[in-house]
Order: sequence, then C-alpha cells, then structure tokens
Amino acid sequence: MAGLIAGRLALGLVTLWLVSAIIFLGVEALPGDACTAILERDAHGAALETCRKALGLETPALERYLSWAAGVARGDFGLSAHGQQDIAGLVGYRMRNSFLLAAGALAVGIPLAIALGVVAGLTRDRWPDLLFSTGAILAMTIPDFVAATVLILVFAIWLGWVPAIVLTPADAPPLEFFPEFILASTVLAMLMVAHVMRMVRASVIEAMSSDYVQMATLKGVPYRQVVLRHALPNALLPAINVIALTVAWLLGGVVVVEVVFNYPGLGRLLVDAISGRDLPVVQAITMIVAASYVAVNLVADLLGLLLNPRLRSYRARQR
Amino acid sequence: MSALTATRRRRAGALLRDLVARPSGAIGVALVVAHALMALFSPWLVPYDYKAMEATITLAEPSAAHWLGTDHLGRDVLTRVMLGGREALVITGIATPVAMLWGGLAGIWLGLRGGWPDEVAMRLVDAFLALPGILPLLVLITVFGTGGEVLLPTLAFFFGIPVIRVARAAAHEVVARDFVAAARARGHAPLDIVRREILPNVTDTLLVEGAMRWSWMLLGFSALSFLGFGVAPPRPDWGLMISDARVYMSLAPWGVIAPVLALSTLIIGINLTADALAGALGLDRGRKAVI
Repeated sequence: MAGLIAGRLALGLVTLWLVSAIIFLGVEALPGDACTAILERDAHGAALETCRKALGLETPALERYLSWAAGVARGDFGLSAHGQQDIAGLVGYRMRNSFLLAAGALAVGIPLAIALGVVAGLTRDRWPDLLFSTGAILAMTIPDFVAATVLILVFAIWLGWVPAIVLTPADAPPLEFFPEFILASTVLAMLMVAHVMRMVRASVIEAMSSDYVQMATLKGVPYRQVVLRHALPNALLPAINVIALTVAWLLGGVVVVEVVFNYPGLGRLLVDAISGRDLPVVQAITMIVAASYVAVNLVADLLGLLLNPRLRSYRARQR
Repeated sequence: MSALTATRRRRAGALLRDLVARPSGAIGVALVVAHALMALFSPWLVPYDYKAMEATITLAEPSAAHWLGTDHLGRDVLTRVMLGGREALVITGIATPVAMLWGGLAGIWLGLRGGWPDEVAMRLVDAFLALPGILPLLVLITVFGTGGEVLLPTLAFFFGIPVIRVARAAAHEVVARDFVAAARARGHAPLDIVRREILPNVTDTLLVEGAMRWSWMLLGFSALSFLGFGVAPPRPDWGLMISDARVYMSLAPWGVIAPVLALSTLIIGINLTADALAGALGLDRGRKAVI
C-alpha cells in the first residue's frame, strides 16, 4: 500500500515536471523575451542589454529553467513583465477567490449530481430519467459563456434577483462576494452536475442489473435495503474519479466564467496577462492550474485505493 | 475491388438510414445540414452588408427592415448571425480531420509499437492533459498571437492529443486479436498491417470520437472568440457577437439571443448526430472515459 502511494506520488511529480518543461520551452521558443515585452518599442541597443543583464537572461536556458523551477517549487514565481510586481502576491487572493468559486460549485453540485444520478438510474427510461438525462445533455452541450449570458439575462436583468457582475475587489473577505457569486458558481456547477450525473446513472444501472443485486432481491431483501446496502456503495465508487476529472474541467471553465462575471480570480488574471503578453504571469498561472489538477487526481486515486480493496490487490498484482 | 466499393457504398447508405431512424438523430442531422447550407449560401442570402453601420439606428428593436434588430454600431443582426458561423465552421471543419488524422495515426502506431516510445508518449499526453480546457490554447495564443493561420494548427494540434489516447486504446484491443498475429506471421509489413487489419477495425471508434471532438473544438473556438482571441472584428462571429452584445443586454436582448440560439443549435445538432452515429455503429458512448 505504501509503495502504491509512493508510485502515484512519483507519477504526479513526473507529470508536473513535464508540464513545467513544456511551458518553459513554449515560452523559450517564441520570438522576443521578457525584456522585449517590458521595454516594448525601446527594446534595442543598450537598454535591451542592460535589461537582459538585470534579469539574468544572458545565462543559458537550462540554468534559467532550473532557477525558475526551484523558485516555483518554493512558491516564488518571480516578477511580472508589466509593472515588475511580485507574482506570488498578485496571485494570492485571486487563487483564493477562484477556489471559493470552485468550492461553491462543488459543494452544491456533487450531492445534487449524485442524487439526480441515482434517481435517474433507478427510474431508467421512465420520466424522471428522461427529464434529468435530457437536461444533462443540454447542460453539457451549451457553451459555458452562453449559459452564463442567458442566466444573467434572465436572473439579473429580467427578474433582478441577483447582481449581474461582481464589483468586489480581489482582496475583500470571502463573505463579501456572496450575493454576486451565486450565478457564477451555478454556471460552473451545471456542467459538472451533468457529467457526474450521467456517470452515476450508468453505474447505478449496471449495479442494479448485477447478479448480487438480483440475488438480494430474490432472497426477499426489501427494495430500500437492496438499493442502499447492496447497489449504491458499489455504484458510487467510480464516481470519485469522474468527480476528479470534472474538477479539472472546473479549473478550465473558471477562465471564461470569471471573465463573464468580472469575478476577480485566477482566470481573469490569466486573460488579462494574455492580452498584455505578460509571459511570467501566464507561466505561473498555468503551473498553478496544472498542479491543482495533478493534486486532485492524486487525491481521487488514493481515495479510490482506500475505499476499494479490490483495486488495491488488483493493482498490486499487476506490478 | 469493385465489390468492396459496392459494399462500402451500401454500408454508407445503411448508416445514413440508421442515423435518421431515431427522432433525435434526425433532428441532429437536420440541424447540422441546415447550418452547413447556411454557411455555404449565406453570402448571397444576407439582406445587408455585415460591415454597414447606421449610426441613427443603433440597438434598434426588431422591425420589418431589420428582422432581428441592429447592434450597438447599427449593423444588421440577422446578417451577422447568418454569416457568424462561417469562420468557425471552416476552421474547425479543417482542424478536426487533421487532429483525428495525426492523433489517430500516432495512437495506432503507439498501440502497435508498445515499449518505451509508448511509455514516453503517454506520459507527455498526460502532461498536456493536465492543462485543462482552453488553457493550453490560451498559452499558445499568447506565444504566437491570434488569427486563422495560428488558430487552425493550434486547434488541430491540441485536439489531436486526447485522440492519441483513444486511438491507442482502440488499437490495443485489435492488436491482441488473432488476425493481427496471423498477418504478422504471414510477414506483412507494419504499414500493411495498419492499413488492412487495424484501420478498418478502429475507424468506427474514431468516427464517433471525431464528431465529438468537432463539437468540443467549436466550443473552444467560440470561447476564444468570446474572450477576444478568435475572429478579429469587424468580421462576424457568434462568440464575438455574444461578447459585444452582452454589454447592451438590458437594452437589446435580441442581439444576444440570436447568436446564442445559432451557436447552441449547431452544437446540439452535432452532439445529437454523434450520439446517433455511436448508436448506429453499435458503440455505447456513455461507457467511455469522459476526456
């Protein structure tokens, strides 16, 4: 078991290392560097040289990669190209805000998705299932910015229930985001609920048609017991990994949703950085998102191993 | 050879009939065909010039002259909605087959080859997939800038990466089968084995995968346009139109609703078609991995 966990951890670290290398090489490959971005039109002659020296751009790429990677590992992302601000400070509150948004979506979304999925799976091909499944397909196909725009139109403009956009500054205490953040979290939750619900529905259907459930039914175990004791524990295990995958989606979807709602999170910072071609900031945010993704998947894998003894022995035997 | 072509033609006909047999499939195919026809013929059908601005009638309500009203610059919304899918359809319509081709071939080769190249490539694929959603697209756009000549290869590249995994898994299933072993024993070249034994057995999976990738690519493209990194104004694009009209939503909701409906119907159409395709080919899409 300990070896298994160590293996997973090592795999996660390798993935992160590859991501960091890809990002660094990608930025390295482009014409121009941090100095041409900082100096813009004045980027020639002596000014360019002094700037390169000041930022240490004259050292070989490998050395710079190593020092950058060492900084990232300590949580030090260096300075932004525009304004020379400390990126770690720039990112801090915004990261918290993005996690708040994602946490809100997860806290409501996961229980809802599991409940809907179980109901849909138990009433397969009858009206609750048809209703939920059609809704899920709609939620999955409609782009997030379209859903966000429609929600703003209906709930903020026509009904006037909630504010349309967030005007709270990035470093405000969490509770101040409250009424504004509902719509943004709802949009993020929609896509996630749809995916998790479909997965849960499929595995509930599979569990209910399995031999052990039939056996329990034939023995005369009451339906409630069959569902709660026999079918659900097995059906819900695979949901953990799907939830981990949708969390990754959440991290990507955050970009668009934050822009739509003017929410001061990582996603909006990223879009601003891209518009200004602020490469160090883009690098930093990309690393943070990739690290969160790897961490979430790692936790899901470990939870799966912990809750499902069969997986443990199967994987151990495979080695 | 002619018998084979005839079988193929018969199979394509049967497939098309299976596609439209269920109402959801018929609706999906109808939506996709309608959008394709609109994209093809809209330049001759639109009532106005998409760039023509009339300062006196900005944000006008729908009327006989402007069926869907005008936008904040006084441009005809109907004209722009009719034209707004062309660029997205052309770029994703080229990038999707390219992505399927390179991702598919790479995946098949890795599945067949195995060993260390397979191991290394799959780690790289994992690393790329650790950057969720449109993030890698955004990073590449920061590096190379926007415009069709950047977006097309970028989309084709990134949407090909997850295809590697799907094609590799599909090839793996086939490689283990007896007829591949037999072909190997007969001494066929690897390329021949890929062409004659493996490709025919994985095309169904890749076809369904391609339809899904297409809808995801369209989503990605519109999201980029919406964020201002896609189609350059004043050219019309649904994502860009939604982003522009959003600001005036309380005054002129039709400016948002029209492109929203256009984009949604196309994406729903592609999804329904992909589902019907999976059903007609006997593949159950619900059981597959979500990424």
